[in-house]
Amino acid sequence: MNKWLTVIVFVFSSGINAESLALDDADVDVFDKASVQRGAQLFVDYCIGCHSAQHLRYSRLAEDMDISEEDIKKSYLSATAKIGDGMISAMDAEHAEKWFGTPTPDLSVTARVRGADWLYTYLRGFYTDESRPFGVNNIVFKDVAMPNVFWKLQGIQNRVIRKTDGDDEPIEIGLAQAGIMTPDEFDSAMRDLVNFMVYLGEPAMLERIPLGKYVILFLLVFLVPAYLLKKEYWKDVH
Amino acid sequence: MLDKVMAMLVALLGWIDKRFPLTKVWNEHLAKYYAPKNFNFWYFFGSLAFLLLFLQIVTGVWLTMNYKPDAAKAFDSVEFIMRDVEWGWLMRYLHSTGASAFFVVIYLHMFRGLLYGSFKKPRELVWIFGMLIYLCLMAEAFMGYLLPWGQMSYWGAQVIISLFSAIPYFGDDLTLWVRGDYVISDVTLNRFFAFHVIAIPLVLVMLVFLHIVALHQVGSNNPDGIEIKETKDKNGIPLDGIPFHPYYTVKDIVGVIVFLIVFSVVLFYAPGFNGLFLEHANFIPADPLKTPEHIAPVWYFTPFYAILRAIPDKLGGVIAMGGAIVIVFALPWLDRSPVKSVRYRGGLFRRALVVFVISFFVLSYLGTQPATPTATIFARIFTASYFGFFLLMPFYTSRDNDKTVPKRVTPTTTLEEDLAKANSFLKTTLDQTTTKKAITTKAGKTYDVFVPEGKGLLAFLKDTVNKIRKVFAVK
Repeated sequence: MNKWLTVIVFVFSSGINAESLALDDADVDVFDKASVQRGAQLFVDYCIGCHSAQHLRYSRLAEDMDISEEDIKKSYLSATAKIGDGMISAMDAEHAEKWFGTPTPDLSVTARVRGADWLYTYLRGFYTDESRPFGVNNIVFKDVAMPNVFWKLQGIQNRVIRKTDGDDEPIEIGLAQAGIMTPDEFDSAMRDLVNFMVYLGEPAMLERIPLGKYVILFLLVFLVPAYLLKKEYWKDVH
Repeated sequence: MLDKVMAMLVALLGWIDKRFPLTKVWNEHLAKYYAPKNFNFWYFFGSLAFLLLFLQIVTGVWLTMNYKPDAAKAFDSVEFIMRDVEWGWLMRYLHSTGASAFFVVIYLHMFRGLLYGSFKKPRELVWIFGMLIYLCLMAEAFMGYLLPWGQMSYWGAQVIISLFSAIPYFGDDLTLWVRGDYVISDVTLNRFFAFHVIAIPLVLVMLVFLHIVALHQVGSNNPDGIEIKETKDKNGIPLDGIPFHPYYTVKDIVGVIVFLIVFSVVLFYAPGFNGLFLEHANFIPADPLKTPEHIAPVWYFTPFYAILRAIPDKLGGVIAMGGAIVIVFALPWLDRSPVKSVRYRGGLFRRALVVFVISFFVLSYLGTQPATPTATIFARIFTASYFGFFLLMPFYTSRDNDKTVPKRVTPTTTLEEDLAKANSFLKTTLDQTTTKKAITTKAGKTYDVFVPEGKGLLAFLKDTVNKIRKVFAVK
């Protein structure tokens, strides 16, 4: 009996350990096209300078998110890119390696690696740390090579030291200098960006999720005659 | 007109039958193959496994049309399939969800064998062929998992192939020979692709054929573990048998639809199954220079991975892991009980089976987790109980208090009867554990509220414990 009890305790406690890092709820919805559009705009303005998203073609983005070809050309495409191209960064890998010490990763499927909540917490989690090359560190990605590209929008966050008994003091951050956006506006902007990245990770989601209910409905309807047929045949079996 | 068409078809059948035993095969394996009439829920998984084999082959063929087995292109070609190929995402998810579903179905199919003693004489060869299918399936899944060329593909393969190096004397050479390179590389990817799409599927299909031929030679077992061939009518037809077609074909269609509904829920709403079917880290392209902190195989391999890590010695771990699979082959000879089905087995076997199932689940979980010291201790305990189930089997099955097996199968119940029974059980339980109390809301409406009742709850708990005790009673 004791053995089972320990097993249960063990299973629960290990679950808690894995969740020790509290992530903020991104609460994204890829079917909110306006939000994905705003996110795509942020991505083009702030991310694509260093990061590619090579697996998403501009034309696919236009089609999926109801953006007209002219709008894509006007506000999303760089001078050299064509609408059928993938979203490729102008920066080459060699320079990235030299400037950041590591090649900047392609972000096509990053949302599938990290999950929306992690990205949302990460993007809002930069704080001042003079020991780092770009003067910032991150609460969920320690010693990340990326600078806080949104500092103008967000403002500057500092780390709040709080005395605790344990060795690992939880990191808390607070706004030290306001940015262009209010904290609420910034959160909402980051939610849009994460929403775009979730869409970017799997554009097929827009087809997959709506299709499911029809397939299941068909199967449920099909189940009725199939069950009646079975019952009819089996009524003689005793 | 219709008569003429029918006459032509009959003539055509006659023409074929003179040259190929079409009617004979149809009768022997379907229309006049007599299966026990008391198959229950557990008997759906054979036909479902067949369905999944078909699904994997068809979706696999279509994936091959756009997949590139090239270390520089593989990862991108999978994303190409997911985005630019029409319905490519559906083919890919059918294949990846299908792989996990295949293992779910196969594990349930094997568990059915354990429950009702389907591995016992005269079905030893059915079991052996089945185990060979399982081995092939593991090889197929392992090699297929390298193909997306993500971090888990790469490092999972690296870890598992390096296990060959634990073999004394020629281990390192063998590893090199299997990999074709000093690390997992394009060479490995190419040969795994060849094995995954041609060699192993061919062997698999052949083994499935042998599995069914062997089964139809001896006839199907059933939940009572009774040989229906021992009680026949004057025409030589088993009294408890019914022709597979149409009875089980129409029944299996229902099973297939119910399965497809569950399958569709996963496929359309959670194809990655929260990292269990498609691991999150596998969306990072393979990087030979960056070892991930935590390497875990896909869920269906995790019990064996946990056993591997439980043993402190590398060679010992490899032997234990291999042994955990090989020992299952020996089941027909380890079991000394004269009784097949768990329905007539004694408490010792029932207890052992429960311990085994728990061990399997705990090991599965531990295999997905990092090997912390506590986790390793648990892995060792449950590795011991996993092996205990098999190694102690000759002892506990030969001195169990098995019940007498009846001559004829127990009548089955219909779905309606089962539902009625469940309904009445719920009702009596509710009546026993709660008291009805009428309350009036402010609006003046009166509702009946069920208030939990201490005495009744206790009595119910006592009853349940007694029932469980009876099931597992040794003497």
